[in-house]
Amino acid sequence: MRSAQNQGSGAIKKKMNGYVGFSNFPNQEHRRSIKRGFNFTLMVVGESGLGKSTLINTLFESKVYPTKETEVETPARTGVEITSVSADIQENGVRLRLSVVDTPGFGDSINNDEAWRPILENIESRFDAYLAQENRVNRSKIVDNRVNAVLYFIRPSGHGLRAIDIEFMKHLHTRVNLIPVIARADTLAGREVETFKARIMADINFHGIQIFKPVSDQFDDPETVADNKAIASKVPFAVVGSEKLVDREDGTKVRGRRYPWGVIEVENEAHNDFVSLRQMLLRTHMEELRDATDVGLYEAYRTQKLLALGHVQDNGVFREFNPRQQLEEEERLHGAKMGKLEAEMAAVFRQKVQEKEGKLKQSEEELHSRHQQMKSVLEKQRLELEEKRARIGTGMQQQNTSIDVVAAAHPGEPVQRMPSKDKKKRGFF
Amino acid sequence: MKEGSGEEQNVAPSVYSHVSRPGSHRYKSAKKGLPFNVMLVGESGLGRTTFLNTLCERVVIPPHEAANCEQAHIAEPMQFKHYTVDMEEDGMKIVLNIIDTPGFGDGIDNENCFTRIQEYIEVQYDNVLAEENRIKRNTKFTDTRIHALLYFITPTGHSLRELDVELMRRLGSRINIIPVIGRSDSLTPRELVLFKQRVMNDITANGIPIFNFPNSDDEEDEESVEENAELRAMLPFAVVGCEEVINEEGRPVRVRSYPWGVVQVDNDEHSDFDRLRYVLLNSHIADLRDRTHNGLYELYRTEKLSGTNVIAGSAAATNAAHVAPAAATAGSPTVQPSMLPQSHPVAA
Repeated sequence: MRSAQNQGSGAIKKKMNGYVGFSNFPNQEHRRSIKRGFNFTLMVVGESGLGKSTLINTLFESKVYPTKETEVETPARTGVEITSVSADIQENGVRLRLSVVDTPGFGDSINNDEAWRPILENIESRFDAYLAQENRVNRSKIVDNRVNAVLYFIRPSGHGLRAIDIEFMKHLHTRVNLIPVIARADTLAGREVETFKARIMADINFHGIQIFKPVSDQFDDPETVADNKAIASKVPFAVVGSEKLVDREDGTKVRGRRYPWGVIEVENEAHNDFVSLRQMLLRTHMEELRDATDVGLYEAYRTQKLLALGHVQDNGVFREFNPRQQLEEEERLHGAKMGKLEAEMAAVFRQKVQEKEGKLKQSEEELHSRHQQMKSVLEKQRLELEEKRARIGTGMQQQNTSIDVVAAAHPGEPVQRMPSKDKKKRGFF
Repeated sequence: MKEGSGEEQNVAPSVYSHVSRPGSHRYKSAKKGLPFNVMLVGESGLGRTTFLNTLCERVVIPPHEAANCEQAHIAEPMQFKHYTVDMEEDGMKIVLNIIDTPGFGDGIDNENCFTRIQEYIEVQYDNVLAEENRIKRNTKFTDTRIHALLYFITPTGHSLRELDVELMRRLGSRINIIPVIGRSDSLTPRELVLFKQRVMNDITANGIPIFNFPNSDDEEDEESVEENAELRAMLPFAVVGCEEVINEEGRPVRVRSYPWGVVQVDNDEHSDFDRLRYVLLNSHIADLRDRTHNGLYELYRTEKLSGTNVIAGSAAATNAAHVAPAAATAGSPTVQPSMLPQSHPVAA
């Protein structure tokens, strides 16, 4: 048996003859996790006024986040802040330490260049903190505050993604689980929602942005597979949040928003996708989000970081070490990396050239039209001046002749200058 | 209403054909149509296009063509797009010239949007200035000065954003700004009231000049004064636009249908669209044109002429006698910097 295991070629499958009891292991795991409690860090990103705080409070059905109903004036904000709020909530004996990271100021300035940078830096610093803890001598107490998911709020314009949205997502999708949501979806009617979603997904796919979607693997039962598919088809979720209860027509109270023309119910699937978002985020895929953060995103970050720091993998640990093969492997990887870098740079260069060209062309057109305008204005002025000059010229001539005549008619009197207009009327008296 | 340029359209009966309001104005320029120039400014997705189409009761601006994905991340620079619609309101013909500004505020860095709009407005003033100074004027001169700027505010529910404040502050002294809340059907009535209050507080706190329905000095008509006060209290106007028309009780009604209800655009409880339309095309069209001509334009003219050198200044002074537009106000045409022409009270 041992030799078979050592060769690593498929363990021998044995059948059980009686009840041993290790099938109780998941229950033990379950009890232990409940004792420990869970940890979840959620980041919300979006312009102010899109309902971020309201949605968080609606999702967790408690005032996790103070809403800004009483705020009077917008504080003059420059740049993006990162603030964090934590809440310990409990349900059925399960404790959850929920942290919500907010990013006020994102997208609110006139110039939002690099608004994503402080956010990316914050996420990476959390990875760094975890990495540092992992590398400690005593690792018994590790605090995990890595961001498990980012809810990105999209404005319900009905058209498509904006430049700032795409830029943000492109810079962050390899570091976090991105979940885009359409905010304030109560202003999009029927068909508009579908076209908007289709357009957003087209943009996302075109730019190769990775967003978090429920996927099913071979171990899932058909019901789960169907559920996952249903949720995945609604991405990005068009949501509406509300902390207030309103009365429906039949007298029941539901969470919603009351308008003069009707009541939108938060938990009504025909009205918006809130239920699907909640299902995915809290009820079915929370663990997957945490797992993806730990195993996928964090590990990728760690590898990149360590390599950048100059760590070299010591391969002496592995039995099957073949130095020559290793070298070839490394060379290939390196070549691939170089090629990718080059391609990226070429793409960026092309894009910049395109942008610059566009801008230059536009300013050229502007300058040209302005030039034309100025030319025509100058031309007009010149003509006017010419006319004036001509007028003054003849006027002076006439004045001179009239003075002579008057001087002759009335010798001794001071000559009065008359406006050339009146000259004709005067006559010789 | 006149049909569009040669297109075949089923001209639906105007929604307003059965409505007639007392006290609307009539003008003698009925033959050619009174030119009225309006600029629409606001970020994309706030309903500018829909607003215009709803205002004119036909598709003036075609629906936004889905630009291809490659262009999405390169924000298009702001453009100025012109549309002309012949309208008829209460027997008065209006030639409505619309200037739309798609691309405003959509980029990542939007600093130059304001300057470009300001320059555009000033170029129109310059044209008139040059025309007035001509010895032989063009009788067919078209006045392209913009009489009103409708600025669309995002319905955040909080207060004005930096972009909003900056734009209105820079342009308020050059043009009549009427702030409008776009997509107002995302705010409940209570939220809307609070939001309007906060917006107006922001505007007064920042000293931003907007068109707040001022009463002209010789206004004695109680009704007008009251009406102006009422409109002032409604600022900023909350609009919902839509192009869907359904038939209700035999009358065409414009609506926006949601699974949870139907918004009626012309219902005063649902939106301020109707009042705004009446203001723009009927009750205050004269006020807006007047203020543009006798107030804002004169202010610009004085600033411009006193800023130039002395020779040009005196040349302009001798021509000042010619430069006498139908000046009902005591707008003095001399170019002494100390004397500013009378303008309507601008403070908010």
